[in-house]
Amino acid sequence: MAATAPANAESVLKIVPHADLRNVDPIWTTAYITRNHGYLVFDTLFALDENLEVQPQMAAGHAVSEDGLTYTITLRDGLTFHDGSAVTAEDVVASLKRWGARDGMGQKLMGVTASLEAADDKTVVLTLSESYGLVLQSLGKISSNVPFIMPKRLAETDPNAQVEEIIGSGPFKFVADEWQPGNQVVYEKFEEYVPREEPASYAAGGKVAKVDRVEWRYIPDAATASQALLAGEVDYYEQPAVDLLPMIQSDPSIKVETVDPLGTQGVIRFNFKYPPFDNKKARQAAMWAVQQADYMYSIMGDPAYFEEFCGAYFMCGGPYETDIGSEALREKDIEKAKALLAESGYDGREVLILDPTDIPVAHGQSLVTAQALREIGMNVKLVAMDWATMTSRRAVREAPEDGGWNIFPTWWLAADQLNPVTNISVAASGGNAWFGWPENQKIEDLRNAFAKETDAAKQMEIIEELQAELYDFVPYIPTGQYYQPTAFRDNVNGVLEAPVPFFWNISVE
Amino acid sequence: MYAYIIRRLIATIPIMAIVAVFVFMLLHLSPGDPAAIIAGDFATEEQIIKIREQLGLNDPLYIQFGSWLVNLLQGDMGQSIYSGLPVTKLIGQRLEPTLMLTLCTMLIAITLAIPLGVIAAWKVGTWIDRMVMTLAVFGFSVPVFVIGYLLILGGSRTLGWFPVQGYTSILESVPGFLSHIALPALTLGAVYMALIARMTRATMLEVLNEDYVRTAYAKGLATRKVLVKHALKNAMVPISTTIGLGVALLIGGVVVTESVFAIPGLGRLTVDAVLRTDYPVIQGVILVFSFTYVLLNLLIDLSYVLFDPRIRY
Repeated sequence: MAATAPANAESVLKIVPHADLRNVDPIWTTAYITRNHGYLVFDTLFALDENLEVQPQMAAGHAVSEDGLTYTITLRDGLTFHDGSAVTAEDVVASLKRWGARDGMGQKLMGVTASLEAADDKTVVLTLSESYGLVLQSLGKISSNVPFIMPKRLAETDPNAQVEEIIGSGPFKFVADEWQPGNQVVYEKFEEYVPREEPASYAAGGKVAKVDRVEWRYIPDAATASQALLAGEVDYYEQPAVDLLPMIQSDPSIKVETVDPLGTQGVIRFNFKYPPFDNKKARQAAMWAVQQADYMYSIMGDPAYFEEFCGAYFMCGGPYETDIGSEALREKDIEKAKALLAESGYDGREVLILDPTDIPVAHGQSLVTAQALREIGMNVKLVAMDWATMTSRRAVREAPEDGGWNIFPTWWLAADQLNPVTNISVAASGGNAWFGWPENQKIEDLRNAFAKETDAAKQMEIIEELQAELYDFVPYIPTGQYYQPTAFRDNVNGVLEAPVPFFWNISVE
Repeated sequence: MYAYIIRRLIATIPIMAIVAVFVFMLLHLSPGDPAAIIAGDFATEEQIIKIREQLGLNDPLYIQFGSWLVNLLQGDMGQSIYSGLPVTKLIGQRLEPTLMLTLCTMLIAITLAIPLGVIAAWKVGTWIDRMVMTLAVFGFSVPVFVIGYLLILGGSRTLGWFPVQGYTSILESVPGFLSHIALPALTLGAVYMALIARMTRATMLEVLNEDYVRTAYAKGLATRKVLVKHALKNAMVPISTTIGLGVALLIGGVVVTESVFAIPGLGRLTVDAVLRTDYPVIQGVILVFSFTYVLLNLLIDLSYVLFDPRIRY
């Protein structure tokens, strides 16, 4: 019943993950913890490397027709599912279709897909109805939902229901019998997995399982988890609390590193359906009233773990970084903010900021925003709640006084924010857009133009025009870019630098 | 007496029914939508609606309650909305740690607190009495998690005698079990010990002033015999009531203790389920806790017979 390794296990990597694994189907949910679990168990057709380029993973290679409409993808040899069956093109087609029904980027790809078929056991043929620039970026998507490949019999599950069984073709097998939600998840090395020859690089390259067993021990209390790491009861602590780092770092046998080089973006989101933030000037006023450093000190504390300033909606350090239009965010100007607020016709009405007090990153952002808006004369009310309640409250489309809201805080991993297609908080399609429901045709046109553009230089031109529009329209305030440190003991070697914690390539002494 | 036990057992049925209705209504009328949590940030409203349909959350409340009740009567508590695992399996996985933690806590608390309370009453007004009562106030006032952290710091990190966290089944390794359970049981036991020690002292003081105690002394009985056989036995009825009522306190403390020591028990299962509005799990756990509590009170009532022969059922 308890978490002890069998006697014949040679090496065990014990991890404290950032959250509890409650659901195991990475297509059904977008939870990051389920995505991380997915990477252990499943494999992908393509994968992103550290240069943010898409590389073949299960694919041996691919060919594109001259008109750019037909992609022929060949599977590499030796791919086997954990139930012993061989991976076929049929499995890939069924898996991509299920993913395409759930994932935002997948839905876009399916929208321009004329047909997706298995030509033979090893060949998948994707035919587009119009030219599309993000085919490989979609299939090699690194974050939720990742297009993981499952056996056809499982991939045929209704996309809105969970798969009954977790069978992948990745480097580790999920041990269903030992899964105890709220306590532990166990993975065993899959002996038949054939890694690629190339060195591991982000999600691409050779995924070599160097331990026999990976155990996730969920320890909800940050102080206990830190003590367990210090006592050597666990090897790797994915997201230690920043205020406990000095204690952890005082032990020379612990290494603290920022494993994710791209970081995370804080987000303050407005409700576009109701005053005052249905008016552009009010949103601009809010942006002039805040500065990123206030947010970052409040949620991370130590400047070693955040950027002094990042004016890029699509992340600093990413391929589409630019600071065009970011003056309002760079400088704090209370007078200008007050003037803009007056121009917006703000009538002193109450502004409701949702405040999920159980999530420090979100809570800090709510407090800083409330203070800044009060400074420019807004009548702010912080509504305290837990995160679970907030996730349903933010979906309420009624007026703030009828159970709705004006502002809520959240955060996104850079891996999700890197381009205007995956960054859904810039989408502005009105009622269909992400919570807050902004509507702006120019932004939507530019996002579509970006998706269809195949030339990198032209894509960048679109990004610059788009970002200028975003700073004028303010779909949300990017409250800063920060980096989550990870702590592990010095017996752990080979931890990969990547925006997702990968557990291949890691050995334990 | 058997008729009484059967009557009491039958009486638990309406109690459990009321608990079931209450828990169900409370949960479903409070905010929080599991479908929205599952669907995540990227989901469209349409997807959330589809998931809600899949989970049967769109049906009217009375239908949801009805089908839950019908399944419950067949021993099926439903499935976790998140993991899809049967609630009975989840509870089964978690029952042993919580049961053992509670039993060990009660064992430690009762064997330490009753003698301490008796001694405090016997030596009333002396430094021994004051020390015992100071400890009791400390145990009662310091939050459970603070005691837990202090014990981890001292027992695990400084002395290195005990592991920081986790649980080992008693079936797997007895020394492993004992080393894992010691600190959590002490942590959880602090408040319980304080309660029992104070109650024992107060009741003993009352009994020690009775005429028959004076008579016992007068006829030359040894102090130990007077205290244990004459006084304590008569004081046991209110003390055992306190022990029974204190279990409610333990159930609250289990939640915190299991979180601090990362013990995979029912307390943690409850907290996790509440935070994610996992209705079937919360309902199942609360039913189990309520049933245990009702059953325990019955046992306590029956135990009165042992201490006071005048009581008959």
